Amino acid sequence: MSALTPGFADPVLGAQAAFRAVLEAMSRPGRIVTAGSALRPPAPMNQAAAAVLLTLADADTPLAQDAGADAEAWLRFHCGAPLVAPGAASFVLATGAAPALASLVQGSEEEPQNGATLILQVAALVAGEGWRLTGPGIETEHRLRVDGAPEGFLAAWAANRAGFPCGVDVVLCAGDRLAALPRTVSIAES
Amino acid sequence: MNTSEAPSASGATTLEGYNFAYLDEATKRMIRRALLKAVAIPGHQIPFGGREMPLPYGWGTGGIQVTASILGPEDRLKVIDQGSDDTTNAISIRRFFTRVAGVATTEHTAEASVIQTRHRIPERLLREDQIMVYQVPQPEPLFRLEPRRVETKRLHALADYGLMHVRLYEDIARLGHIAKAYDYPVMVNGRYLMSPSPIPAFDNPKMDRMPALQLFGAGREKRIYAIPPYTDVRSLDFEDHPFRPIRAPQACALCGSRDTYLDEVITDDRGGRLFVCSDTDFCAERQADAAKEAAE
Amino acid sequence: MYVAVKGGERAISAAHAWLEETRRGDAAVPELTVVQIEQQMGLAVDRVMAEGSCHDRFLAALAIKQAKGDLIEAAFLLRAYRTTLPRFGASEPLDTAAMRLRRRISATYKDLPGGQVLGPTFDYTHRLLDFALAAEGVERAAAPEAPTPVESAPRVTELLAREGLMQREVAEDAEPGDLTRQPLTFPAERPVRLQNLARGDEGFLLALGYSTQRGYGNAHPFVGEIRVGHVTVEFTPPELGFPIELGEIGVTECQMVNQFKGSRTEPPQFTRGYGLVFGHGERRAMAMSLVDRGLRAAELGEDITAPAQNAEFVLYHSDNIEATGFVEHLKLPHYVDFQSELENLRTIRRSAEAAIQEAAE
Repeated sequence: MSALTPGFADPVLGAQAAFRAVLEAMSRPGRIVTAGSALRPPAPMNQAAAAVLLTLADADTPLAQDAGADAEAWLRFHCGAPLVAPGAASFVLATGAAPALASLVQGSEEEPQNGATLILQVAALVAGEGWRLTGPGIETEHRLRVDGAPEGFLAAWAANRAGFPCGVDVVLCAGDRLAALPRTVSIAES
Repeated sequence: MNTSEAPSASGATTLEGYNFAYLDEATKRMIRRALLKAVAIPGHQIPFGGREMPLPYGWGTGGIQVTASILGPEDRLKVIDQGSDDTTNAISIRRFFTRVAGVATTEHTAEASVIQTRHRIPERLLREDQIMVYQVPQPEPLFRLEPRRVETKRLHALADYGLMHVRLYEDIARLGHIAKAYDYPVMVNGRYLMSPSPIPAFDNPKMDRMPALQLFGAGREKRIYAIPPYTDVRSLDFEDHPFRPIRAPQACALCGSRDTYLDEVITDDRGGRLFVCSDTDFCAERQADAAKEAAE
Repeated sequence: MYVAVKGGERAISAAHAWLEETRRGDAAVPELTVVQIEQQMGLAVDRVMAEGSCHDRFLAALAIKQAKGDLIEAAFLLRAYRTTLPRFGASEPLDTAAMRLRRRISATYKDLPGGQVLGPTFDYTHRLLDFALAAEGVERAAAPEAPTPVESAPRVTELLAREGLMQREVAEDAEPGDLTRQPLTFPAERPVRLQNLARGDEGFLLALGYSTQRGYGNAHPFVGEIRVGHVTVEFTPPELGFPIELGEIGVTECQMVNQFKGSRTEPPQFTRGYGLVFGHGERRAMAMSLVDRGLRAAELGEDITAPAQNAEFVLYHSDNIEATGFVEHLKLPHYVDFQSELENLRTIRRSAEAAIQEAAE
């Protein structure tokens, strides 16, 4: 276990700060926040994604991940989340080719909250340009440029949104920055 | 597994034997997950494994659990009950967080980053960098019309809110008005019927497109829900009977305000009464401003 | 000029100081020790452990002392403490067949293996105030002792089941739900219902159980068996892989035998209602087993007509910590809501009076 890098230096306050960042991101879709800057998770997992999982995943949340053996050992030690296939997971970490949104847990009309959270690592997040986001949490419009979003993401997102209240929520992570796409948000290409 | 429950390295634990902000980290994670889903599905009630708190059910345990799950050492907490910081239960909850989280508190709405409330929304417009936490006694807006939660869950899934429309319409037919004066049901983002908690209907319009995030915690009923910032919140009404906020048609005896929510105070047993602002911080600020102006 | 009421903080501190003073009572009277409460108010301790959902006699006695004898308040103190305890895991299922018995009675058989053991019971006492108890320091004669029976005491329901007359309970390895970790959802599985009832308010359970005897629900109960005694608690640490003994706890178990007229798939047979509670709590265990049987109506294909058969009604209202909090919260200030009601009522009355006047003119 000596090869494992540590989690939050202060588990209580580290998780609190990261949670507030994610809460801010989810409340204001497309707004970029910082999380996990001090973390050194095993590659290819980035800091923001590691912070989200440290903060939210545990033995009660089935997790799917594609980040390899080092990341698996790290997540197993720090979160203790049971590892499952993406189609059965509450949290899905995608560092490579992302699974189709429609293939993830959607929740039901009575319990839409069971819809999965996809933690999607991308190359870069840039504010003020790119996609035009509208919906709850946004006063008029938020702009967000996502470098390295999966091909066909916007069409898949439109379908995800059409399934409201069921669906998947996405947290986009690049380095120690993240932005969230709750299932309510509309995305138009620039 | 290394989900440490140890006291925070920064020494943020303030009550011997208890974690920062009282709740253990596993409980906070569970509540945090529920909060994020609540934000993603505005107005939808999410069941959560509410814990027994050292304060009684019905006295703010839901709000307390939400606040404990979001609060950090940088926050400044304001707690109000009936609009006032000095009501006994507000004091008790503020004391609780001072004890278990060592968090800074304030009585000024403008200075607070987190505001936990029972029955009121402050008069001062809230900002983006503030979070409202509502204590909710009964999260189910349909409960008087359909007490079976198995059934109300189904009605929410179908967005079938005919029961509530019929009830409000019956009021109009019988009384000429909608008879709901508080806990007046709202539609959130055009999808979910939601209880705004027992705030006076006067406060309902403040929820609509509020810049601050609004979180709701019902401890006894074990439900969490949320309204993201800038989200449409519409009080149910009819075209020919539009929603009207209710307030006493008087001026505040202390600050003279004619557009704030007023408490009626009985001053003697011969019908004497006066009206004062329910939001004590807002009223005090107006009085201070007036005094300053007079001095200038 | 009117000045808004202030000083709540000081008032709270003063009120709590006064509460503490009244808790202690007259300082000239010797103070009760926690051990005295634990020893001499044993049934109160048992009730607080059951409703407080925590088996610890000392803590329950301490809670009773702190709560001035208000048992619901004491259970609340114990619950709020329990919530903060770390959770190491779940014990192995208790084996009540191997209970070290203090009392064991069956109403369905005159005699049975293991015998009828009356034990320390109020049954057959004449409820006459014992004024001799008012005098302190009087030595009482020790109760006569008999040798512990060596014969094992198989459970009555098991004897019936072997004959095919009692519906077998299906053993399940699945981890049962836990209401202290997950919210109640419906339909509620039986383990969750039993957990809810075991923690439920004794008065509520008693009244509901009673109602099933008076025709509200299709109950024809017989006490198959009540047993009171001690059982061993075992725990399997994951790193050991085999169970180790943690100690003993006192429990009361009631198995109520009920008729079942049979269905298309099952012949007529007896079914059971089950009660298991911490400590010596026969009334609670019996009431629990009546209500448990009532709540099985749906799975046994019986009509649901009575309150005790309505799972939502029973399970949402059984918890006295929840109930007392919400009933008592009505004493918190509600003047903001009330003001809104006042203005609303004034408006409605004005238009109603105008309409009446118009009609009169």
